[in-house]
Amino acid sequence: MEDQLSYVYGVVRPSPAVEGDALAAVRGVAGAPVTLVRHGDLAAAVSPVPRSDFSEAALRAHLEDLEWLEAVARAHHQVVETLGAHTTVLPLRLATVYLDDARVRDMLDERQRTLTGLLDRLADHVEWGVKVYADASPGATAPPPAGAARETDPGRAYLRQRRQQRHAREDAWSSAADAVRRIQEGAGDLAVAHARHRPQQGRLAGGSGENIANDAYLVPRERAEEFRERILRAAEGLAGVRVEVTGPWVPYSFAQVPQNADPQGATQP
Amino acid sequence: MTAYEDPPLAQRQVALIDLLDRLLSGGVVLTGDIVLSIAEIDLVRVSLRAVIVAVHEQQWGATIPADGTALPGATLVEDGDRHDEPR
Repeated sequence: MEDQLSYVYGVVRPSPAVEGDALAAVRGVAGAPVTLVRHGDLAAAVSPVPRSDFSEAALRAHLEDLEWLEAVARAHHQVVETLGAHTTVLPLRLATVYLDDARVRDMLDERQRTLTGLLDRLADHVEWGVKVYADASPGATAPPPAGAARETDPGRAYLRQRRQQRHAREDAWSSAADAVRRIQEGAGDLAVAHARHRPQQGRLAGGSGENIANDAYLVPRERAEEFRERILRAAEGLAGVRVEVTGPWVPYSFAQVPQNADPQGATQP
Repeated sequence: MTAYEDPPLAQRQVALIDLLDRLLSGGVVLTGDIVLSIAEIDLVRVSLRAVIVAVHEQQWGATIPADGTALPGATLVEDGDRHDEPR
């Protein structure tokens, strides 16, 4: 096993359902079978990965390779999702790797209190992603005033057009800010925690408009659907704004010990 | 065991960018044995982000801010806001 490392996807409390059905059907990074490494009442979902791909130098190079990154990210997610369909799962950050399974057991031993606290905190909760876009493209906002087309001086026509574009953009931003405020108000008594990701930009960012808020909310499972409906309603009727809800996710964005919080896991109000 | 009836998200194709938000800035952070120190990992992620952002023209010309706060992490909101009391 010298040339293999142990890749860890997440941590669960082991149960027959997880060990039997869940992991038998799923494949991990590079198609490897996933097993549970148990220690006490915790278990880590683990699969072997080639050292040549996950050594420090290799990892450094691979993290710049979008195709490689996507393959690993999707495999990681697939395992986490599969576990999450059966039990509470604590997803680990991408590419958490140990020399062997014995080292994974050491980790479970050392971090037992923290991991147990987080499992308790996240049990029966889901994460929703809520993204707000300001969309100043024609059609998303009010049409330009009549008369604009009759401008004969090209310089003035240009300036007018620029002004309209700027106003459309300002309006879209201001509507989007309204949407963000309404969403936060609407989420207030349903979500137990809120995390903020940086706005999405660039080639991977889909959709039209500019992403101005990229948030995650932790919501009790039994209120998940209510939350989603409320968020979508909060943004209705705002011109130049698009709200996208993703999920429900395993609570990735909340699998961290809240700062200044009791590491045993804060009990929720 | 009735509470887990949502269809697995994996059955739908999740947008990679939403997944990377969660996998690169969410999830439990443990110090594995293959350690890119946290700072280095962040550097890698920032440059990765630069790749993602810069490969094709950025509509608004956004760049990665040069200050140390520009890590693509979930900036968890202030602790006081994290547990919203019902209002």
